[in-house]
Amino acid sequence: MKTPQLQSVLPSKFWKMELTREGYGRTLVELGHENSRVVVLDADLSQSTLTKYFAAEFPDRFFEMGISEQDMMNTAAGLSLTGYIPFLSSYAVFLTSRSLDQLRNTVDYTRLNVKVAAAHGGISVGRDGPSHQSMEDLSNTLVLPNMTVVVPADEPQAEAVTRWAADYVGPVYFRLGREKVPTITDGESSFEHGKAQVVIEGEDGTIIACGLMVSEAIKAAELLATEGIFPRVINVATLKPLDTNAIDAAAQQTGAIVTAEEHSIYGGLGSVVARHIAESSHRVPMRIVGIPDIYLTSGSPEELLEVAGLTAKNIAMKLKEVIKAK
Amino acid sequence: MNANNELNVLKATAQQIRRDVLLMINNAQSGHPGGPLSAADYLTVLWFKYLRCDVKNPFWEQRDRFVMSNGHCSALNYALLARRGFFDPGYLLTFRTLESRLVGHPSRVKLPFIEVSTGSLGQGLSVAHGMALGAKLRGWDDATIYCNCGDGELQEGSCWEAITSAGHRKSENLVLMVDYNNAQIDGFVPDVKELAPLAEKLRAFHWRVIEADGHDFEQIDRAFAEAKQRAGKPTALLFRTVMMKGCPSFENIPGWHGRPPTDDEARVMLRELGFDDDLEKARASMGNRDFHPAVPMEEQL
Repeated sequence: MKTPQLQSVLPSKFWKMELTREGYGRTLVELGHENSRVVVLDADLSQSTLTKYFAAEFPDRFFEMGISEQDMMNTAAGLSLTGYIPFLSSYAVFLTSRSLDQLRNTVDYTRLNVKVAAAHGGISVGRDGPSHQSMEDLSNTLVLPNMTVVVPADEPQAEAVTRWAADYVGPVYFRLGREKVPTITDGESSFEHGKAQVVIEGEDGTIIACGLMVSEAIKAAELLATEGIFPRVINVATLKPLDTNAIDAAAQQTGAIVTAEEHSIYGGLGSVVARHIAESSHRVPMRIVGIPDIYLTSGSPEELLEVAGLTAKNIAMKLKEVIKAK
Repeated sequence: MNANNELNVLKATAQQIRRDVLLMINNAQSGHPGGPLSAADYLTVLWFKYLRCDVKNPFWEQRDRFVMSNGHCSALNYALLARRGFFDPGYLLTFRTLESRLVGHPSRVKLPFIEVSTGSLGQGLSVAHGMALGAKLRGWDDATIYCNCGDGELQEGSCWEAITSAGHRKSENLVLMVDYNNAQIDGFVPDVKELAPLAEKLRAFHWRVIEADGHDFEQIDRAFAEAKQRAGKPTALLFRTVMMKGCPSFENIPGWHGRPPTDDEARVMLRELGFDDDLEKARASMGNRDFHPAVPMEEQL
């Protein structure tokens, strides 16, 4: 007997739209009041990353580094070595490419207590084009041995992740978006490090998603429900360390998996889930919904997501494929 | 101790450290002798006279900090630590081996006395500046952060990001030392990519610049003494040096940046430094190869 569990989440038509970076920026201010060791750095993007709130409240603990991501990354490293908890922000594409050397050789290798909060992750950045879109940041950070990689799905989760990152000792990479995204988690219990959340229960395959794609996954479940298909939907906010128990349970209990992420099909959520499944005892059929191996262009976020196939419709189609392949 | 005696002791210590470095690299048959020999004199003066550190309390928060941004000079960094008393000199001979804490390029992960891991050039000065900003914010007013860079390293653009930042922020507790030996892997600096006029460039970036002969102990001493006086801006010490200094047959040859001496070459080098050239005896004289830190590691961390 299959039990539709869609009523466990708010239907998509009632969703409130909010900014993950707003949750980050506001939480930094709270943390600034609570902990004098919290410092913040930005590279001339504080108006976008919303570290400007912290800058206004704590000018002595805010470091405007100018357009110098490499310098910012290692200045944060130095601050951490004098006992501070630095949060630094710029756009995801710059932080994980321009300053990847600093992130790898200084911050990650030495396990420094630096929090990299990357705004404008993914392609939903929109009209700025591929130079500003990030489709490889998760890949570039997941490969770093001491790094934990987190992708909040919405504003409450971004707040919770920011708050958690200040307490966690060690390097953290977390990704924020440019656009407003649907609020689908609840503020109080919206994040536990290393734990995936089952957003919708179901047994007809599983959609494993992160970030913006969690809401698309829920919409896919709504579409599929009209055809009598009831998948499980899991929000994997922590990509590393991966909650392998949740993945194993999904494989074992639902027999088919589709992953969905706003990231290249190489090296992101799909890759880490596939690697785990390939070595597990439940080698279930799987599909990866992600950015195909291309650069995109300018366009509205919706248009770009459509071009890349990052839609509820595509997720639903892939789920039907894997169910057939069971 | 009068001033002359003091400088003579420092001079002898620098020679001993050069010998350590050569024995380490010869023994490992891997490593970079050129830079360590050019920087040995002024870094010995820093470590034995000016750097505020405490071997019995190595993680004392308000200490001065030293960053070897040109991490290929790791052998020198380790020899300075050992001779300063942080661990036993015999352990230096484990350099670059699997079980050793003395990794090819300085690793804070393996050896916590290293303030930050380095190796990828152009990274140390930003980290040192971050420490300088942190020290200021913590109110550690006496702490000075020293960062050593190779001259060739300054071809990395990221160095100039850090130089811009520190000049902009008037970070007067930051001291950059440039090992200006004019040589890098592919040749002489003016041929590979000219840095001159370096002093003028740094002044234009709002730094105080002090130039000195990096092998003249009186000049080195004066330079560090002056650098200690806060200037309302960061300080750069440009030390004119000679790669492989102390071993005249090998001096000023860029090829010695990163090649280990053979046993025959090492014997010549030791003789030229004024030491006995029996390698086996020289190694034995460094003591047993146990780490043996001044304070047990578990108490330190």
